[in-house]
Amino acid sequence: MIKVLFFARLREQLSTDSLQLPASENMTTEQIRQQLAKTDPLWAKAMNADSLLVAVNQQVTDWSHSVYAGDEVAFFPPVTGG
Amino acid sequence: MIKVQHEDFVVADEYQQLANDNQDGAVVTFVGKVRDFNQGLGVQGLSLEHYPGMTEKVLHDIEAKAREHWPLNNVTIIHRVGDLTLGEQIVFIGVSSAHRKAAFAACEFLIDFLKTQAPFWKKELTTKGSKWVDAKASDDEITQQWSKKLIN
Repeated sequence: MIKVLFFARLREQLSTDSLQLPASENMTTEQIRQQLAKTDPLWAKAMNADSLLVAVNQQVTDWSHSVYAGDEVAFFPPVTGG
Repeated sequence: MIKVQHEDFVVADEYQQLANDNQDGAVVTFVGKVRDFNQGLGVQGLSLEHYPGMTEKVLHDIEAKAREHWPLNNVTIIHRVGDLTLGEQIVFIGVSSAHRKAAFAACEFLIDFLKTQAPFWKKELTTKGSKWVDAKASDDEITQQWSKKLIN
């Protein structure tokens, strides 16, 4: 399984902070994003936001990053701390 | 020392810790506070969310990067999470070094990178409800400028 996390505005838009996805071979961050976007129009809009960021195993990465069983994938908007 | 916590911090105590080594001639500290974001709404406070685990990892990476560029001794980064009211302290950055130039530069570098890299998100609590704070393009430009400056 792949653990998927959502934070901040995205977490609120989706009313979900985490879910589990079955892992399949040759999966990328973009494919996970598109798979989640298919849930419904609300998810499609939220997951296709231009500014969306993705982290794999707590490191920000790009949309071609391979994801494997046991990985933690997080989606979130640009950060605003400090 | 890196801490992500709900509790407030006491600047005098943090300073004492930073300034404990007589080889250091300089201590520079920065405190970020909750301010009115002046978007026309009465801001009452902030709610700060973070990504536990990744936050600490990123802050350690930023500290390591600063240590590559400047000769630093003590480094303290404290960031609060949860609900904070107007005027409260959010973040503390403190560095000690033999010389002031390294301490000033590293302190600024640390807060600039914290703002654009560390997974914290602010939500403003106003008299008319709550609103997520948008990231500023100007903050990203500042980190890009650092990258150019430090490579050249």
